[in-house]
Amino acid sequence: MPDLLLDVQGLNTQFKTSDGVVHAVNGVSFNLREGKTLAIVGESGCGKSVTMLSLLSLIPSPPGQITAGKAIFYNRDLLKLSNEEIRSVRGAQIGIIFQDPMTSLNPVLTIGFQLAEPLILHLGMTKVQAKSRAAELLSMVGIPNPAERLNDYPHQFSGGMRQRVMIAMAISCTPQILIADEPTTALDVTIQAQIVDLVKRLRDKLGMAIIWISHDLGVVAGIAHRVIVMYAGLIVEEAGVNDLYANPQHPYTIGLLGSLPRVDEKEHQRLVSIEGLPPVLYAHPKSCPFAPRCKWAVERCWNENPVLEEIEAGHRVACWVDVNTGKER
Amino acid sequence: MGRYIIRRLLNMLVVVLVVSIITFGLMHAIPGGPFSREKKLPEETIRVLNERYHLDDPLWKQYGNYVYAVFIPHITTTPPSNSLSDDFMINVNIGSVWIRWMNFGPSYKSRSRSVNDIFRDNLPISAQLGLLSLILAVLIGLPLGVLSALKQNTILDYLGMGVAIFGVSVPVIVLGPILVWIFGVALKWLPVSGWGSHPPFLLGFLPTNFGWQYIKYAIMPTVALGLGSSAVIARLTRASLLQTVREDYIRTARSKGLRESVIISRHALKNSLIPVITILGPLFATLVTGTFVTELIFGIPGMGKYFVTSITNRDYPVIMGTILLYAVFLVLANLLVDIAYAYLDPRIKYD
Ligand SMILES: Nc1ncnc2c1ncn2[C@@H]1O[C@H](COP(=O)(O)OP(=O)(O)O)[C@@H](O)[C@H]1O
Ligand SMILES: [Mg+2]
Repeated sequence: MPDLLLDVQGLNTQFKTSDGVVHAVNGVSFNLREGKTLAIVGESGCGKSVTMLSLLSLIPSPPGQITAGKAIFYNRDLLKLSNEEIRSVRGAQIGIIFQDPMTSLNPVLTIGFQLAEPLILHLGMTKVQAKSRAAELLSMVGIPNPAERLNDYPHQFSGGMRQRVMIAMAISCTPQILIADEPTTALDVTIQAQIVDLVKRLRDKLGMAIIWISHDLGVVAGIAHRVIVMYAGLIVEEAGVNDLYANPQHPYTIGLLGSLPRVDEKEHQRLVSIEGLPPVLYAHPKSCPFAPRCKWAVERCWNENPVLEEIEAGHRVACWVDVNTGKER
Repeated sequence: MGRYIIRRLLNMLVVVLVVSIITFGLMHAIPGGPFSREKKLPEETIRVLNERYHLDDPLWKQYGNYVYAVFIPHITTTPPSNSLSDDFMINVNIGSVWIRWMNFGPSYKSRSRSVNDIFRDNLPISAQLGLLSLILAVLIGLPLGVLSALKQNTILDYLGMGVAIFGVSVPVIVLGPILVWIFGVALKWLPVSGWGSHPPFLLGFLPTNFGWQYIKYAIMPTVALGLGSSAVIARLTRASLLQTVREDYIRTARSKGLRESVIISRHALKNSLIPVITILGPLFATLVTGTFVTELIFGIPGMGKYFVTSITNRDYPVIMGTILLYAVFLVLANLLVDIAYAYLDPRIKYD
C-alpha cells in the first residue's frame, strides 16, 4: 500500500453568523495515500469546500473557525502551523483549484504574471526563468501559443481555458497534493470531460495525489480510487470506487446513484432525485441528519446519530440500518 | 486609444455648443439686463451701451456673433491690439499671419477687463485651489480608506471613519472660519486671507513661487475645501477594498501562499481603485467650480466671485465664458477618468 500522505482526524469547522453558529464540518476523518485520487461527493452545502479550505487555513475568519481536529501532513499538523508555515505549504506542496474559473483569476493581472508568482515565491526563480516555465506549464495544460498568451488577461480566455490556467498554476510547483474543488461544475459537459482527462494525465505524469470534489458521482467514477460521501458536514460512507458503485450501503449514496443516468440498463429508467433538501446545521446533529429524507429510517435514527463503522474491509458506513435487509444492523 | 480621445474631444465640441445654446437662452430669459440697476442709469447711457455691445440685435444674431467670436478661429494679418473687444485667448503668429481663437468678449461689469483677462488672472487661482484640494483629498482619503479596511472593526477603523464622517458633515462655511480663528487669529501661524501667487502664471495656471510663501496661504483653504472630499474618497475606498478582498481571485492569491501585504498591494488595491477613480472626475469638477465660498472666506482673488456676481449683474459674456469653461473642465475630467479606467482595467478597451 502506498504511504500515507495526509491524515485528517476529527475536523470540525464552524461559522459564527448573525443567525447562529453554522456547524459546517462535524468531525470529518479521512486519509489520502501517495499518488491516489480521493473523491468527495455530496450535495451542495454539505461541507466539502469548507473541509478543504480548512486544511489550508483558507476559511474566512471571522466568521469561520476550526474548533477541533488535526491534519497530519509530513509529520506536521497543518491546522497548527503558523501563518508563515502554512503559506509555504500553500501552492508549493498543496495546490488547489476552485469551482468558478471565471472569477478565480485576477482580472487586472496578466496570466503570465499570475502564473509566475508561485514560481518566484516558492522555487526562487528569477522573472525570466519563471516566464519560460510559465509558458511550459501552459503548454502542459494544452493551451495553444503559450508564449504569446502569457501577456493576455483572463477575460481573453474562455471558461475551459481559464480552468486550464488555474490547473497550471496549482501544479506549477509540483505539489504532492492537488485539491480540485468542483473544477468542472461551472463548465459545459464536453469541456468537463477534457478537464477530467487533463487532470488524469497530469496525475500520471507528476505522480501527485488528488482530492477531487464533486456533487456528481458520474464524473467521479472515471478518476477516483476511493470515494467519500458527505452529508451535513459528516462522512456517511467511504469505499473503494468499484465497491461504492456496486454495493452502496448508505441510503444517501443510493439516492445519489439513483439520480444518475446509466448506460448499462436495457430500458431507460426514470431518474429519481432525492426528495427534500439538506439541513442547515445550526446545531451539532443529534439524530441522523438524513432521517427526514430517508425511506429506511427507523426509530433509532431519530434519537441517535449513527457513527461511521467499517462493515467490510475498506468500506465504512454511518447508518443504523442494513439497506439489504431493511433491518437494524 | 488616440482615435478614441480625438472622438471624445470632438464630442466635447458638440457638448459645449449645446451648453452654450442653453446658457444663452436661459440667460436672456431671466428678466432685466446688464444695465438695469436699482439706481436707474440715464436713458441715453443705456442706449449707447446697448448699441456698443449689440444688445439691440435680434437674439439669433447675438448668438451667431458669439459663436463666431468664440468657436471659429480667425486668420488675419492684423496683430492683437489692446482693445477689450479684440482679446483672444489663443494667438498664434506664423510669419505675417495671425491665427486667433476664442474671443469671449469684454466684461460688462468690470469695464476695463475682458473675460479673457478674468480667465488669465483669476481662474488659475481657483484651478490651483481646486487641484490642491483634490490632491489633498486623495492623499488623505486613499490611505485612510485602505487603513480602515485592513483594520476593519478595530479602533483604527472607527477613528478613521469618525474623521471621515466629520469631514463630510462639516461644511466649508463652518470649517473655514474655525481654521481661520485657530491658526490665523489665535496662534498666528498662517495668514488669515489672500493668496500666495499672482499672474502671470506658469503654463497659464501654475504658481511661479511654489515655496512657503505660497503654501502658507494655501494650507487653510485647501484643507477647508478638500477635507469633505477626502472623507468621500476614504469611505468609498474602504467599502471597495472590503468588497474586493472577498472576491474569488483573492482566495486564489492566498492559495498560492502569497504574503498578505502582497495580496493587498498587488491583487486587491488595483481592483478596488476602479470605483474610486470613477468619482474623481465629478469630484474634481465640484472642487474647481465649487471654490466660491472658500474664496470668500479666505479672501482669495479667484474665479468664484466673478462666476456668482456675473449672474446677478447679467454680465452676459462672463456668464457664458465661465459656464463654457466649466463645461470643458467637466468633460476633460471625465475623459481623464475614462483613460485612467482603461489603464487600470484591461477589460476596458476603447476604439
Ligand atoms: N463564509 C461562510 N459564512 C457562513 N457560512 C458558511 C460560509 N462558508 C460556508 N458556509 C456554510 O458551510 C456549509 C458548507 O458549505 P460548503 O463547504 O461550501 O459546501 P459544499 O459542500 O457545497 O462545498 C454551508 O451550509 C454554508 O452555508
Ligand atoms: Mg463547494
